[in-house]
Amino acid sequence: MSAVAEDKVWVRQAKAQSALSKLFDWKPFLVAMCMLPALGLLFVFLTYPLGLGIWLAFTDTTIGRSGRWVGLENFEYMLEDPIWWNAVFFSVFYTGVATIGKFGLGLWLALLLNNHLPFKSMLRAIILLPWIVPTVLTAIAFWWIYNPQFSIISWIFIELGLRTTNIDFINTAWPARWSLIGANIWRGIPFVAISLLAGLQTISPSLYEAALLDGSTGWQRFRYITFPMLLPILAIVMTFSIIFTFTDFQLVYAITRGGPVNSTHLLATLAFQRGIPGGQLGEGAAIAVSMIPFLVFATLFSYFALARRKWQQGESND
Amino acid sequence: MANIITRRSILGAGAALAAGGNALAQSAVQVASGVAAPNLPIESGATLRMLRPVRFVAPDEEVFRANCARFTQQTGVQVRVDFVGWEDINQQTAVTANTGAGPDVIVGFGDAPHIYAGKLVELSDIAEYLGRKYGGWMFAADKLGKRHGSNNWIGLPFGGTAGPLVWRKSAVNQVGFQTPPNDLPGFLDLCRKLRQAGKPAGFALGNAVGDGNGFANWLMWSHGASITDEAGGVAVNSPQTLAALNYLKELYPTFVDGGTISWGDISNNQAYAANNCWLTSNGVSLYFALKNDPATRPIADDTEHSFLPFGAAPSWPSAPLTLNAMLFRHSRFPNAAKALLAFLMEQPQYEPWLNANLGYWAQPLNAYRDAGVWGSDPKIAIFRDTMNNRFWNGYKGPISEASGQANAEYVLVQMFASVAAGQATPEAAMREAERRARRIFRR
Repeated sequence: MSAVAEDKVWVRQAKAQSALSKLFDWKPFLVAMCMLPALGLLFVFLTYPLGLGIWLAFTDTTIGRSGRWVGLENFEYMLEDPIWWNAVFFSVFYTGVATIGKFGLGLWLALLLNNHLPFKSMLRAIILLPWIVPTVLTAIAFWWIYNPQFSIISWIFIELGLRTTNIDFINTAWPARWSLIGANIWRGIPFVAISLLAGLQTISPSLYEAALLDGSTGWQRFRYITFPMLLPILAIVMTFSIIFTFTDFQLVYAITRGGPVNSTHLLATLAFQRGIPGGQLGEGAAIAVSMIPFLVFATLFSYFALARRKWQQGESND
Repeated sequence: MANIITRRSILGAGAALAAGGNALAQSAVQVASGVAAPNLPIESGATLRMLRPVRFVAPDEEVFRANCARFTQQTGVQVRVDFVGWEDINQQTAVTANTGAGPDVIVGFGDAPHIYAGKLVELSDIAEYLGRKYGGWMFAADKLGKRHGSNNWIGLPFGGTAGPLVWRKSAVNQVGFQTPPNDLPGFLDLCRKLRQAGKPAGFALGNAVGDGNGFANWLMWSHGASITDEAGGVAVNSPQTLAALNYLKELYPTFVDGGTISWGDISNNQAYAANNCWLTSNGVSLYFALKNDPATRPIADDTEHSFLPFGAAPSWPSAPLTLNAMLFRHSRFPNAAKALLAFLMEQPQYEPWLNANLGYWAQPLNAYRDAGVWGSDPKIAIFRDTMNNRFWNGYKGPISEASGQANAEYVLVQMFASVAAGQATPEAAMREAERRARRIFRR
């Protein structure tokens, strides 16, 4: 029986699979092929420019000619350059103070906006304005506000008889530093406030109800409910904010150009100043590369210090 | 309305501008006769691309394009001219030089041909021809055109501009001076009296490429100081520099309320136009801006130009900003390019262009001193000899990439500003400038 049956059963001749189609059926290869375009994009637009920047930092390239490999020479000079040290100091100071200011005021604003207010959505839209305006316009506005001769603030004070001379906003080192930090905080608050507001709205009202029943004070509700629940989003927003602030360029360049006498150079503005107007692409790249450790540290700090889950949940660290 | 200027209307305007019928048709420019033009057989099928900085005034571009069109008409060589923003021209020159592709001719700024000397075609033949025909090249043109220490022309200077003292006649007269004195103590005295009269002076000490460097250079050169010596070695640490710093220490308190340490290139224009500052230094643009605005016309009428005090310098211590044309080796049609450059400098083309610029640019060739524009307004006559200034950026050393960098990084400006602000003693500021200059001039 079996012999007869075997004769009669028609079996479709399996077509030999071609090598190419076998290859495409092989999963690892297919995965690699599908990822290739993305890898290509990343390489062309991310790895290559970053790699080129790092390579330039080890050469003496200028705008006028391609350079030779000089090893660590650019970094050695940088380390003994007081202008670079000043830029490091101001970058850290600027980022630190501006971040504290932005988060303090931003959180406060978010808490206010989280209440039921008349015209709530319109208010929120208005709050976003400073952040929507292009930075360079903000910078030009502040450049006028801080102008040593035509400052509107000075004018008001003088008209009111409170002062007889113009206020020194950007003419000496420390006032200039504080003025720039003020401008940065003004610009950064909306981003923080709106992000934290989104976080606030995810907190379940039942937690507050339970706390109210237990007779909690407003401060206690903030300290033990709002703040811990907000920490994950706070960590992310703070990471972004620190990176944006540390790498800020437009505000400083448009308002003071790093002056008076280099006292308000951030690493980004100093790198640009050396690299493009000064023509020393190698030195400029070295200064830009010197920002990387700071940024990595800031990112790690935000992630590990603020995003530890156990701490968020109010338990002890272990 | 300004946008519909035709060549004809410019010629009309230029003629009206030239005072008392000294119109363009009957040029006063003396051209030497019998000077043979260099033989430049134009390559067949030649086309040219040219890059130059954008105009100050609309007729600049109109006349420049018309001149190039006339060249096309006479030779059949198509010329394309692109006008590039001032901040971009250096970068575009660098890319062109390094890649060996792009425009045949770039009209850049003063030091560019010296930076890219190895990539340029020598222009001695047309430069010498033009010099012979038009009364010789003026000092700064000669300096910026020729390769350092040689007679080989690598650039063809097109025009220059400088920033003299701009002052309000009424204010200077009010404090007892006819004109600003030409000696340093006298000038300090004038500024003190202006301050007492509530009509103070103001010079930029911020990161201002043009005005800041111009003022710092004047302080240096008028005291006999310089950032480099003749060989290009750093020479900033000197008793003369110290004297300049100490002079500024006395001069700075006489400046406008609020100080000038944060001043950019535009700040003195604003302060001057607002009756805040009564004596400053600037290019001719300030005067024209005041003159063309009915609201500030009275200020323009009260404005005079004069040289900054010479001090220890034998002539006006100011480095003109110069247009300097260069021809790249990668050009496939070098003869056509040279012919175009020479054509543009010839009287039928150059004089209308010079006149159309209203004094924003001054000629590099002596013969054009007699062009109509210099008689058009007595207040701009001072710009006529701009190119005879005996100073350049990076003086006294050779013109190089480093001298440009020292300018761009405000080494001298910041040295002066730190003393004016009281941040550093003159000695410390000078040492810091020396440290930075040594780094910049190390190659």
